[in-house]
Amino acid sequence: MPQKLEYLRETASQTAGPFVHIGLAPGAAGFDIYREELGHDIAGPNAQGERIRVEGQVIDGTGSPVKDVLLEVWQANAAGCYAHPEGGGPVEEGFRGWGRVITDFETGEWGFDTVKPGAAMGRGGRMMAPHLNFWIVARGINIGLNTRMYFSDEDAANAADPTINLIEWERRRATLIAARAERDGAPVYRFDIRLQGDDETVFFDI
Amino acid sequence: MKPAEYYQRDRTLQPPALVPDYKTSVARSPRYSLISLENSISEITGPVFGHNDIDPVDNDLLRNYATAGDPVGERIIVHGRVLDENTRPVPDTLVEIWQANASGRYRHRKDQYLGALDPNFGGCGRTLTDANGYYVFRTVKPGAYPWRNWVNNWRPAHIHFSVFGSGFAQRLITQLYFEGDPLIPHCPIVKTIPDPDAIEQLIAKLDLNATVPLDSIAYKFDIVLRGRRSTLFENRLEGN
Repeated sequence: MPQKLEYLRETASQTAGPFVHIGLAPGAAGFDIYREELGHDIAGPNAQGERIRVEGQVIDGTGSPVKDVLLEVWQANAAGCYAHPEGGGPVEEGFRGWGRVITDFETGEWGFDTVKPGAAMGRGGRMMAPHLNFWIVARGINIGLNTRMYFSDEDAANAADPTINLIEWERRRATLIAARAERDGAPVYRFDIRLQGDDETVFFDI
Repeated sequence: MKPAEYYQRDRTLQPPALVPDYKTSVARSPRYSLISLENSISEITGPVFGHNDIDPVDNDLLRNYATAGDPVGERIIVHGRVLDENTRPVPDTLVEIWQANASGRYRHRKDQYLGALDPNFGGCGRTLTDANGYYVFRTVKPGAYPWRNWVNNWRPAHIHFSVFGSGFAQRLITQLYFEGDPLIPHCPIVKTIPDPDAIEQLIAKLDLNATVPLDSIAYKFDIVLRGRRSTLFENRLEGN
């Protein structure tokens, strides 16, 4: 017998279920327990860059909004650095770059305020276009879905982005690009995530 | 050696998106294949949490909501370590849990089950692992409860776990089950996992040594997150 390798195996995922809010957003479940719920303030007060809002729905295979979904976002600051020891450089005091958002139980709409991230250095010295990393869990989702949101006003950077270019089907690339609009003079990006259908969002195995 | 990418996730042990016997997955599962993405800085980094983010009582579900005495139910300690696939502890990482009470009822505006709410039980907790990856919660053992999948499905007693790790690629939500529960092999959600050993790994074992005599029984539950390669040779991960 050859020698044994001493690796462990990753714990299996299970669905977050319909009551994920109790653990991760108890206020929405209907009770107040923690001093502070995590993930409400993504950028903090000192972040440089453009303040933006991002909104959308997660839409299931019947075309209906998913009303019990929870999304987490992970992003770089305006200089392209993540708030992490390996994040590429310092970030502003109070910038965490991580957010957690749930939907309105009636409409399935979600939204959050943050700053627009900068381009970040990718593999092999290729710059990555500004993007937000998403992780999506819900009842009926057996393992969290990973995707990225890019910005419609970054055409040149998007065209050179190594991840977008990894997607063989050009028409599917558009599913990752959020459309910019103005509301009361402030930028709002719309990012609808489609779990199935002709315009199924591209999801990544990261 | 500088750590590099995370090991590829073993999709043969993880549940696929579409498992028709878990009906809700049918309309919520992507139909196209996932696009395989080599890790960049966006995946090897992830949020960092500290003791300022939480309170010490947050991991004690017997006390973190109660106002007029202890919750009803079997008092238990759930403890273990968060490790990676290289068997190294994952320190200072956020672990969040949620569960039904001893009657199988969740404190949630959408839960309509007959089981009684417990005025002294909220049902959520959170903590940071220590330098050895160790965590501990005190709570009551949750009850089984019925759910609409087929007409007569029952969830085995379980506690939901959310774990971060140090990179966004390690993000994981799972469920703890209890050793000896006869409902486990009947559950369509458990059976979304195709690998029997991976199911066993979700079943917490009775840990008599960790019980508190005359007070609380204990279960041990280790969680394994993805491990990382070590860079023996320059692989230009960050483009330098």
